[in-house]
Amino acid sequence: MITQRMSTKSHSIVMFRRNFAHITRNPTSVFNAVLMPIVILLMFVYMFGDAFDVGVDYIDYATPGLILLAVCYGLSGVAVSVSSDMTKGIVNRFKVMDVSRGAVLTGHVVASVLTNLIAIAALIGVAFLIGFNPSASLLEWLGVVGMVVLLGLATGWFTVALGMAAKSVETAGMAAVPLVMLPFFSSAIVPAEMMGQGLRQFAEYQPFTPIIETLRGLLNGAASSGDAIAAVAWCVGIGLVGYLWASLTFNKRA
Amino acid sequence: MTNSAIAVSGLRKAFGDKIVLDGIDLDVRAGTVFSLLGPNGAGKTTAVNVLTTLMKADGGTVRVAGHDVATETKAVRAAIGVTGQFAAVDELLTGQENLQLMVDLNGVPATEGKRIVAQLLERFELVESAQTPVSTYSGGMRRKLDLAMTLVGSPRIIFLDEPTTGLDPRSRRTMWEIIRDLVADGVTIFLTTQYLEEADQLADRVAVLDQGRLVAQGTADELKRQIPGTHIKLRFTTVTELDTAARIFTDVTRDDEALALRVPSDAGTDSLRALLDRLDEYSLSAEEFSVHTPDLDDVFLALTGHTTEAAQ
Repeated sequence: MITQRMSTKSHSIVMFRRNFAHITRNPTSVFNAVLMPIVILLMFVYMFGDAFDVGVDYIDYATPGLILLAVCYGLSGVAVSVSSDMTKGIVNRFKVMDVSRGAVLTGHVVASVLTNLIAIAALIGVAFLIGFNPSASLLEWLGVVGMVVLLGLATGWFTVALGMAAKSVETAGMAAVPLVMLPFFSSAIVPAEMMGQGLRQFAEYQPFTPIIETLRGLLNGAASSGDAIAAVAWCVGIGLVGYLWASLTFNKRA
Repeated sequence: MTNSAIAVSGLRKAFGDKIVLDGIDLDVRAGTVFSLLGPNGAGKTTAVNVLTTLMKADGGTVRVAGHDVATETKAVRAAIGVTGQFAAVDELLTGQENLQLMVDLNGVPATEGKRIVAQLLERFELVESAQTPVSTYSGGMRRKLDLAMTLVGSPRIIFLDEPTTGLDPRSRRTMWEIIRDLVADGVTIFLTTQYLEEADQLADRVAVLDQGRLVAQGTADELKRQIPGTHIKLRFTTVTELDTAARIFTDVTRDDEALALRVPSDAGTDSLRALLDRLDEYSLSAEEFSVHTPDLDDVFLALTGHTTEAAQ
């Protein structure tokens, strides 16, 4: 008879290990999260790069944008795995074992952030191999890591909420598509000024643009505090909405 | 009662206008098997969900392991294990990893955890497939793994929601053996099932649930006394033949619409021969002849006046 019940913290660690194992065992999620951003990087740099005049080396322009893209691509599997936890019986097993809502959901988010970090490390490695030449100091690199973690947490919670709200695993897979598309309508690949009327305004004001500009500024050693404040505010906002939405849905469904 | 593992009184639960449980009272003594028998949609799973803290009741009291499920949720959860209708296993992990997950969540020390996992794999005949992902397992293997996962925490009260639905006869028997072993260890089992035979095989007490109410409760034998026994069904081609046949046998039940007659019989060869001889004597020939042993449909017909189909 086990009398000692575990804390939410240690449950979270167990759940995180489980979710991370899920990601690494699913070839689709590994491909989407780690390889896809690298494929897109190579595609844009070698196929389209010369066609865009962005004022600097295209690899230096595109890498920060692709960092954000890598975070978004990593999310596609998260909504699906949250949804399959909820629709299959296993969440009831966890509830009866007194595994808290926090542990179940945090496990998904933390596993997602770790996947993001691995994917981005691989992406930056490849970028360096093909001529990426950032001028960031150690402190600015730390800023990049901080921004990535914050972005990963915010979009991670938001995606967990999307997965919770989806009625089936199939709709959960669709729910993350807008998040994967959104970076293309930002300054990730080309500057917003080069876009057409309407699209340009959208790209200028959508949340991902200040986040990308902050990353770009940090990597080029010319960060703007205006972008940084907007980026952090967007992340906190998105993360908070996601967290509250996910928690409410969990109570309603499970 | 001091030795009651589960005590339910006046339990009510509704979803919107649909009343699913309409005043359930039951008492399960510690160390026994209690079976809740009913067709699909009778409210069995809802009852299990309320008893296992997954759902809140609208009314009544439920005490499990001496604790109130509404106010002492944690204490109840510490005492119970649940194996639901759909195998709650992690498909992307291997069988062994699934068990290890339960060990970790239960906070079992590492060396003891290893021993428990090895023991359960052995006991449930899952050693050979321990290292393969559960997504490749058959339905029977999943159910076994599911129950093995429930046992990691050594619960004293185990809820099994239709543990053998959809299993082949051999896997069903294996599951029954496992359940018997658990009871031998002193575990209390709350079992829901659609199969009369299963309740008969395993349960000390059986309750029949129909449209949210318990329509009968007792031992399997007590219950069977309330339902028609084995009988012979004869179908004729004309009403005249049916009339004649109805006169020459005793205790019959006739179905004018189907031109059928139900004759009580023990289905032994002697009584069958006597029945056929008697038909011959009156120059009657039945178009169809069949032997019926009572099943859940008969229980329902006898106890509720409608079949399981109508209960849905």
